[in-house]
Amino acid sequence: MVVALLALIPLVYVAVYTVIIGPVELWQLVVRPRILELLRNTVTLAVACMAATALLGVALAVLVERTDLPARRLWHGLLVAPLAVPAFVNGYAWISLDRSIQGFGGAFLVITLSYYPLVYLPAVAALRGLDPALEEASWSLGHSRWQTFARVVLPQLRPALLGGVLLVGLHLLAEFGALALLRFPTFTTAIYDQYGSTFNGSAATAMAGVLVMLCLFLLLAELRLRGSRHYARIGHGAARLSEPARLRALRWPLVALVAGLVALAVGVPAYALVHWLVVGSSTEFPLGELLAATGSTVALAGAGAIATTLAALPVAWLAVRHRNRVSTLVERSTYIANALPGIVVGLALVVASLRLVPVIYQSALLLVVAYAILFLPRAVVTVRSGLEQAPIVLDHVAQSLGSGPITTARRVTLPLIAPSLGAGAALVFLAISTELTATLMLSPIGTRTLATEFWSASSELRYGAAAPYALLLVLISVPATLLLMRQERLTP
Amino acid sequence: MTESRTSPVSTKPLRRLAGIAAAAALVAPLSACSILNPPDLVVYNAQHEELLDELVPLFEEESGLDVELRSGKDLEMANQIVAEGTDSPADVFLTENSPAMSIVDNADLFAPVPAGALETIPAAYVPSSKNWVGFLARSTVVMYNTDSLTEADLPQSILDFAEPEWEGRVGFSPTGADFQAIVSAVLELEGEDATRAWLEGLKANGVILQNNLVVMQEANEGAIDAGIAYHYYWYRDQEESGADSDSSALHFFGDQDPGAFLSVSGAGILKSSEHAAAAEEFVEWLTGTEAQQAMAESYALEYPLNPEATLNPDVKPFDELEPPTVDVSSLNGPRVTELMTEAGLL
Repeated sequence: MVVALLALIPLVYVAVYTVIIGPVELWQLVVRPRILELLRNTVTLAVACMAATALLGVALAVLVERTDLPARRLWHGLLVAPLAVPAFVNGYAWISLDRSIQGFGGAFLVITLSYYPLVYLPAVAALRGLDPALEEASWSLGHSRWQTFARVVLPQLRPALLGGVLLVGLHLLAEFGALALLRFPTFTTAIYDQYGSTFNGSAATAMAGVLVMLCLFLLLAELRLRGSRHYARIGHGAARLSEPARLRALRWPLVALVAGLVALAVGVPAYALVHWLVVGSSTEFPLGELLAATGSTVALAGAGAIATTLAALPVAWLAVRHRNRVSTLVERSTYIANALPGIVVGLALVVASLRLVPVIYQSALLLVVAYAILFLPRAVVTVRSGLEQAPIVLDHVAQSLGSGPITTARRVTLPLIAPSLGAGAALVFLAISTELTATLMLSPIGTRTLATEFWSASSELRYGAAAPYALLLVLISVPATLLLMRQERLTP
Repeated sequence: MTESRTSPVSTKPLRRLAGIAAAAALVAPLSACSILNPPDLVVYNAQHEELLDELVPLFEEESGLDVELRSGKDLEMANQIVAEGTDSPADVFLTENSPAMSIVDNADLFAPVPAGALETIPAAYVPSSKNWVGFLARSTVVMYNTDSLTEADLPQSILDFAEPEWEGRVGFSPTGADFQAIVSAVLELEGEDATRAWLEGLKANGVILQNNLVVMQEANEGAIDAGIAYHYYWYRDQEESGADSDSSALHFFGDQDPGAFLSVSGAGILKSSEHAAAAEEFVEWLTGTEAQQAMAESYALEYPLNPEATLNPDVKPFDELEPPTVDVSSLNGPRVTELMTEAGLL
């Protein structure tokens, strides 16, 4: 509950200020051509990117997991790799090499390439968790591979797919850096511009209100589509691989397609980084500053990841083990902040902390709280899916054998969900190390992170000077990405 | 995440988490250094970070004081200071343009500027409240592509860019405080109706760009014919390599046109400052001959306001500018934001 209340601070802030503005002025601020323009931009980009990432994510997961594609492990690694390249670094890579990559086309390309692993990873995990016996039963009943996929596999992928697409949608609603670089205005970039001019002006609050509505819509849609099915199964099932589908003549064309995708998603940013490191005219290596920025980034992201995962645990627990209206509400309320841009969360915390606890204003603690609010959903989604697959029967068995609730949690449930806790922490670490707007507002004075340094250089078009920071951002994302990848590795 | 994970191996990630926790616990004290070791002076800086990174070490060496910079943008920081009120950790506030100074001054958060600074800076760059002082100035210019235009093609007034003949040809960055300061001058000189009409024309005609550097690049590459920005972007690029400015030239408006507006960067001391003496020392130093000359000789190429300092002669001399007379305390930032929001530019 405390976690949910904390997560609701930004929403309360937006609501309170919306009321302060008053209905008449609010109406004038919402119903104006600029809002329609932004709404069109935001919605078309979100729909296009969600559809594209869903298609790409599932198709690639099936290709890698269920076919005889050559070198599947290698492709798996390369397909997850974009997770280590923050979307704004990717945007920087594309636009610094070719200035025509901008507007809707550029945003669609870069966002899709950056976000598809958010669908791909859970889809792979779900495919690996499936008992092949189900599919075999379907074949024995006369279904073809395609029919089996559509009627047996796809429904089982549903929670993973919906969760992944929801994440893509929420990420996109809050994305700032990449879209600002690619000059495609959405609500988040427009709110940032407004805040840049007015801090907490009423036009910005009105836009934040519309953005919250979009976010609520996404959450409700996902909730409705997810339904209340249970996906846990008891017992190991058959611990073996499903027989891979033969690609036959399509094999090499598909390899070429996957390789092409990897070249776009990983090759282009890698090339751009090397290019700017080698030939960039403004390339400099201020070693001290680079080290300081790396240190503060790792420290903040580490502390934030731990705090966020710890906060996510009770929320996910309630949502899975005590599913009712209240617990669902608690769980969902934590998602809202994720669709608010970091700057709204930052501003809400500035106002709240100055009014309530001025001591922590501009302290690292407040920044960690902001991170926890912003990235709780990522941890909750992961921890929840882990809990969903951990059958409650095992808890009951442990209790029937005489262990108390704490022992049960420590010896049965926690070990079961430990991989998802690790994955949740890794996701949050990745997100924090690339967070920009809240960091700019709330960081303790003098603290500079890789993301803020990268941003100040790249927005001034000093592409060469931005390159070392971009490289470091990618490097510190690698361990967390590897952790995520290992999570999904098949353990026969 | 299958059942096959229930083997003891699956506690590994927990141990890994513990490892991360331990690492964070080790690093956390490092980031707490600034808490144990508070600075002698906190400057909220909305001027170019690069310039202050050059200047502050000079001041630190001379005064022995330890200065912390917090960087941001004009209006964002001004509004942040207002939100922080008397709890603000800031001692000194520096901006690129004066409307942000007025916001803080109107909220009655500034202390009077030390007498030494008022002696060195001409009265035209000090507001009537004498609560802040100008320390640099920048002139509005038009950067035009020399392949598509000649000086003669350019309008007599910046207001003419609202005419339909400029459709798709003129670029500017409405989100920046720089452009908003120019709008505040138009508002002050021409009144609200004319400003509204001008903004609507620009919204219809103009190419909206991210910042002034992009304006310069696009004008140089011919993606736009002309761009509205400040003078120093172009001169800086010329000094550096000319890569983004060799195919463009500067047009200065004359005759006290709003387009010849000279925007003033301000420095002020917060009333709530806990380091008032250090803050006064810093502002006096900043407006003094030595610092002004250092700024004049830096990469910045903005006009120093201390008459003792002389700028690189490649830059159009300060006394050849024909700026309109604008009272620096009258520029209204919030009203400009409202008008620009109304016009759909924000």
